[in-house]
Amino acid sequence: MSLLKVEGLSKEFGGIHAIEDLSFTINPGTIHSIIGPNGAGKTTLFNLITAVYTPSCGKILFDDKDIAGKKPYELAAMGMSRTFQNLQIFFNMPAIENVMVGHHLHLNRRFLPSFLRLPSVIRKDRECRDYCASLMEFVGLAKYVTADAAQMPYGALKRLEIARALAAKPRLLLLDEPAAGLNATESREIDEVIKKVAQTGVTVVLVEHDMKMVMGISDAILAIDYGRKLAEGTPAEVRANPDVVAAYLGAHA
Amino acid sequence: MWKTARIGGLAALATILALAPLGFPNAYFYDVAVKALFNAVVCVGLNLLIGYAGQISLGHAGFFALGAYGSAILTSTYKVAPLPAMLISAAAVGLLAYLVGRPILKLKGHYLAMATLGIGIIIHIVLKTEARITGGPDGMSVDPFSLMGFTMMGDRMWYWAAAGLLVLTVWLSLNLIDSPVGRALRAVHGSEVGAEVVGVDTSSYKVMVFVVSAVFASLVGSLFAHKDGFITPDIGSFFRSVEFVVMVVLGGMASTFGSVIGAVILTLLPQVLTFVEDYEAMVLGGIMMGMMIFLPKGLLPAVVSQFRKRGAAR
Repeated sequence: MSLLKVEGLSKEFGGIHAIEDLSFTINPGTIHSIIGPNGAGKTTLFNLITAVYTPSCGKILFDDKDIAGKKPYELAAMGMSRTFQNLQIFFNMPAIENVMVGHHLHLNRRFLPSFLRLPSVIRKDRECRDYCASLMEFVGLAKYVTADAAQMPYGALKRLEIARALAAKPRLLLLDEPAAGLNATESREIDEVIKKVAQTGVTVVLVEHDMKMVMGISDAILAIDYGRKLAEGTPAEVRANPDVVAAYLGAHA
Repeated sequence: MWKTARIGGLAALATILALAPLGFPNAYFYDVAVKALFNAVVCVGLNLLIGYAGQISLGHAGFFALGAYGSAILTSTYKVAPLPAMLISAAAVGLLAYLVGRPILKLKGHYLAMATLGIGIIIHIVLKTEARITGGPDGMSVDPFSLMGFTMMGDRMWYWAAAGLLVLTVWLSLNLIDSPVGRALRAVHGSEVGAEVVGVDTSSYKVMVFVVSAVFASLVGSLFAHKDGFITPDIGSFFRSVEFVVMVVLGGMASTFGSVIGAVILTLLPQVLTFVEDYEAMVLGGIMMGMMIFLPKGLLPAVVSQFRKRGAAR
């Protein structure tokens, strides 16, 4: 059974096809990468899957359920969460509370109990804080547990977003360029984090430019260009595909 | 640390409110103090919307006025007792805020400011023109507040009631901020899309906090009407709405105690500035401009960060 299934997906922006008739499936328990040159439509595809954009046509099935018309927060409740290429950190909050917001779905979300500070709310909140501190440790941010998000360096913020997404306890985690803007060392560290996440049974889909990373950690790769599928398969298969080589090097194969 | 700041702050507020009357030589001081406390309650509610959730409203005096007129009309025309009248008005204002909030809170920034401004102005106009019900621009008189045979009389009694209400409001606000709901509200301020993708229903939270702040304003409006005994549509004017926002910003956005301080200062300042007579408005404007240039984060956050810096240097 597939966890995510995309069928005949298209997205137009004023006549320009950002995504055109794209179909693929993602199986549970894998690390799946989406690659392609700049402007190939990777981030658009991500925004379609996470319902930030609405498709022009086509279908996206998560857990065999059509996600059409669902809001991003409803998808999160279904078990899908994501990070962003351009960070979407809550800079007005402490780092750990950024992660705690990620755990929102598993807490009491009504106004009145929060207003009255009911003991059950406080107790669950304390558990949540501990759990989120352990998540920060898991992604290698142990030393920032008491920091404000605004004080943290870029590389740490990238991981903070991963921790926040994990706090939602997703089954599918989508990472939009997790290594972008990182140096080689930081990038290898992110590598390790992603592998660790996958080992816990979370299916990971990532968009990434760092080929070394993609080839190293992916179980499957989908290559796209001009919004269409170029190739699909294992890293070795995709690397050997002449269309992929042409798209990246500009050679006429 | 957060916990001690919370309880310590509440205790400090209660102590100050309990001791302040020792310095009041006459009833006039009580009168001004009650106004300051009423404004503070409205601002603590409005700060949840502006300071924490990062949304703006330039129409909250409208909700305040609706609470006042709701109570006035229900008690005088329909002979409803003051407490139920106040609750019915608050419920109606909450419903109105919900109905208008749903469409307009989809707007952001200046557009939201314009839309809320519109609501405030419409309410003001309705109160002015529906003279048969509201008495029009001449205003209407309101009976004193009474509950089970006990009548609230005199500024002194009102002071203690308003002080109690403020402590309660601050307690509720502090509770909310340090809870899953409060975090979600602050996250909406930080990044709406970031909050949405981890499961925060941002649009419904924005509407809820708008409703809560409107209900606070309405409840205070009702009390104000009973206390003053006479209300005119100008309590819901655009100028009053702006005044509430300025109090929140002056005290420090996203700071519950800051809102209290902002409300108190801005209520007292015109009283203190009476010695400059005709230039009062100019001096007031000058102080506000200076504040925004030199302390853009507001009074309380600026003071707190100064203390932190000194603490760190030591």
